[in-house]
Amino acid sequence: MAGFSKARMFLNIKSAYERVTSSGMVYLIFVGLFGLLMLIGIGAGIYALFIAGSRHAYGTYREVPVAILISTYVYFVVASTGLCLVSSIGYIFGVRDFMPIAKRSVYLSIITILAGFLVIGLEIEHPFRMALYNILSPNLSSNIWWMGTLYSFALVFLTIEFIFLLKEEKHKKAAIAGLLGVITEVAANTNLGGVFAMMHGRPYWYGPYLPVYFLLSAMITGCAFIIFFFVLSHWINRKTIDQPTKKALESVGKLAILLLVIIMIFTVWKMLTTSIGRASAIEAMNALIAGPYAFSFWGIEVLGGMIIPFVLLLISRTKNIMIMFVASAIMIFSIFFMRLNMVVVGQIVPLYFELSVNEYSKLHTYSPSVSEILVVLGGVGFCVLAFLLGEKIFDGFKQT
Amino acid sequence: MMDSSKLKPEKHAKESPAYLLEMERREFLKIGLKITGVLAGGSVLSLISNVNKAYSLDAYRNKYPYKPHYTMVLRQDRCIDCKLCMQACVTTNHVPDYGWRTMILKREVPTSIDQKWDFIPILCNQCNNPPCVRTCPTRATYKDKTNGIVMMDNKKCIGCKSCMMACPYDARYYNEAKKAIDKCDFCFEARLSKGVKNVACSEACPADVRVFGDLSDPESRVYKLIHQLQKPVWVLREEVGAKPNIFYMKV
Repeated sequence: MAGFSKARMFLNIKSAYERVTSSGMVYLIFVGLFGLLMLIGIGAGIYALFIAGSRHAYGTYREVPVAILISTYVYFVVASTGLCLVSSIGYIFGVRDFMPIAKRSVYLSIITILAGFLVIGLEIEHPFRMALYNILSPNLSSNIWWMGTLYSFALVFLTIEFIFLLKEEKHKKAAIAGLLGVITEVAANTNLGGVFAMMHGRPYWYGPYLPVYFLLSAMITGCAFIIFFFVLSHWINRKTIDQPTKKALESVGKLAILLLVIIMIFTVWKMLTTSIGRASAIEAMNALIAGPYAFSFWGIEVLGGMIIPFVLLLISRTKNIMIMFVASAIMIFSIFFMRLNMVVVGQIVPLYFELSVNEYSKLHTYSPSVSEILVVLGGVGFCVLAFLLGEKIFDGFKQT
Repeated sequence: MMDSSKLKPEKHAKESPAYLLEMERREFLKIGLKITGVLAGGSVLSLISNVNKAYSLDAYRNKYPYKPHYTMVLRQDRCIDCKLCMQACVTTNHVPDYGWRTMILKREVPTSIDQKWDFIPILCNQCNNPPCVRTCPTRATYKDKTNGIVMMDNKKCIGCKSCMMACPYDARYYNEAKKAIDKCDFCFEARLSKGVKNVACSEACPADVRVFGDLSDPESRVYKLIHQLQKPVWVLREEVGAKPNIFYMKV
């Protein structure tokens, strides 16, 4: 029996390998390109941490200790939460329209967590110490500890869910693992918001806004990722989108419209409440809406992340998949800068700003270094590579 | 008169529109309940991270939780910006050129009718409610149970820099040689633990700006400087609520 299943597994691996290699030149070139991007990113991170030293290779410094690498981590794991939540609407909450998207979404949710872990692993100074002392010396009052631990658990639950989903007869078990996955993802996500929201020394972040915003923002990112990668996957597999999947994508599109309205309301109120708050928070908001970050905010975060996708989705009436694809692609690009703005603008106002001293009278500046950009691209490389390979290894995630 | 029993769902055939609507409504409510449950489950898990001791302001001002309760009172107007304190700190604690544990800020007030400059020395505030300790995932930074100094256990530091984000006083930097975050420890490692009574910066100061001592001892200089009503005593960024142990006054 054991010999038989081993033989079957070998056959499965062999046929998966054949599917990858027989998928045509263009596919293989893309696999090679994104694989290379991933390797260059990992190389750049290892060079920065262990050879050059992060002080020399990364653009962060004492006053802006975390920046694009943390925002990229946030970007990926928040996307993971979103993918997990949106896909759970079908399998766990029983909304039939959403069921056809479950398998691929759970897979995407897994690879986005891994992409996040890859980037943060190349950001913190001692990733190996982290693995050890996270277990030996946990701080239960630390949001970072909870966030990291919960995302690790979520990864395990999602992987179990995915394995059960592949075996069609195990839907009940998949739903249980999926439910645990959703709970840990939600908890991890709001704790990630909490990492910033609990910083009482930084008025721009402090308060209950961010944990809720993170959850909302996660759902939006999840919708965008689902529409984008589902359309891509059908191109890769040279198939037309079948009727149930089309209906599911329409529902995802409708959900995205609703969530975009909510996030626009959120953003307006964040601007309004901050504009009458403490001097340093007002200063940060000014930098965002009328200072050095104005283009990144209005041009990318607001226009590209909210208004253009909202208008495009309305035009598409959630029927025209191509317009929805363009809307989601613009969102995926813009949300990256939304995260970067959130992380960096929270730190650019000096801590002693309100003391009016010469040393801290100007805003801090940050621009990413080459190493940082390469590590970010490495994370993107991993994510796309894993997506491309997954399509062939799991044979287009087809329902049997 | 209509027969009211006809309106009950069970009387309807399963295909009838009314029955289907009823089912849809129930399904919808069930989904709503499930979503609420999952979100609540997630929120409870995130609440656990908020376990924290709260001090009332008066309790904090009138009794000092540590013995000795190390404190520094900075008599700000005596500072002449000679930077001898910074030099002493660098030599004593082997602070690299890219970092600092203490420094002096300058406030320029051209419209002032007396002096045009104000000098404000800063260092780690050894807070009673330290945001850095709360946020450190591995307890690499901790509040010493005896003397209240915020210490580092270098081998546990993973270099995530969240303490640098959390510190309201910019008191931390990453030290490449130590492979950990470095910060002022009131010279504990270099002096206090070896029996020396005063910290290096205070000893080096020619103007007697920095008064270091034990706030739990009513006979100490710091106790007497703080427990009086004649001269105002303040802390930096009080609004943060970190309950700092570095006090400022003008003589």
